[in-house]
Amino acid sequence: MIILTVEQTKQWMQEIQKRMEANKEQLTALDQAIGDGDHGINMARGFNEVVNKIDDTEYDSVADVLKSAAMTLTAKVGGASGPLYGTAFLKMSMALQDKEVNQQNFKEAIDAALAGIKMRGNAEFGEKTMYDVWYQVAEFLASENVEDWEEMIEACQATIEDTREMVATKGRASYLKERTLGHVDPGSMSSFYIFEALVAVIEVGN
Amino acid sequence: MMSDKVGLVIISHSPKIGDGVFELIKQVITGVPIAVAAGTDDNQIGTSMEKIIDAITQVDNGNGVLLMYDLGSAKMNAEMAIEFSESANVQLADHIPLVEGSYIAAVEANMGKSLQEIRNSLQKIELTEM
Repeated sequence: MIILTVEQTKQWMQEIQKRMEANKEQLTALDQAIGDGDHGINMARGFNEVVNKIDDTEYDSVADVLKSAAMTLTAKVGGASGPLYGTAFLKMSMALQDKEVNQQNFKEAIDAALAGIKMRGNAEFGEKTMYDVWYQVAEFLASENVEDWEEMIEACQATIEDTREMVATKGRASYLKERTLGHVDPGSMSSFYIFEALVAVIEVGN
Repeated sequence: MMSDKVGLVIISHSPKIGDGVFELIKQVITGVPIAVAAGTDDNQIGTSMEKIIDAITQVDNGNGVLLMYDLGSAKMNAEMAIEFSESANVQLADHIPLVEGSYIAAVEANMGKSLQEIRNSLQKIELTEM
């Protein structure tokens, strides 16, 4: 069964954009604590551009929408989030090329995105980065026959809280070492909004 | 005259740093193709894959192109630019400090050294953490 259509994928991007805009200040505050303080602005700008782009374009496939988002994010976000999210959506797009999006294909696309983030950011699980949330989503899809997508959101929420107790070893935060303790990672937070937005549009189906 | 030399791209989060490094090199080296890809598309702090791809195209004359960068996300955009660029022999000076590395690379490129020879010379200033 198809769980994500072209139209739903466009809505996914719109739902992400709404969340990035609504939480811009929160993301920036998180990034001011342990990074360079531009994550909220960068993500809001990036997804505003994505929505502008896809609103004006006709797409034949989910893969094409994701590719368009990937190229726009890479070009427009500015910080490390640009190439990282760009790579994630590009790998999803490549994995879904010439395929409809059922649960199995979607799982494989998330696995490809996860591998892409790992490669681009040289990241491992438990390093206080966005990778942790994507890893959690991949784990969830590997073990569950999804009947309720809300459970995935709950798993992601727990992962975000876990990042609070970690010392960052990647990205600009790594320069602060122990001073990153007690702060939620901004990249894991923005990734959470991406999956919260997904759950708002995706269907349940096997 | 410039056609037998390795090209250099200076990638920085800051347009001022990029232009500054370029200026520093230009004081002594004029025969090497060098382009700056610094700042985002609207010249804010950050890096831009498109700017890097354009810079690669500008300095590529078939002898290879070496990309110098400053901080982490500049490296990621540089790697993506290499993947998307049409140029064949483009390499990243990984873990090499931007100012000193760019200067050494420009001097060596000007002597007609190959991309591999330049990378070997840069090894001695490689950072363990960056």
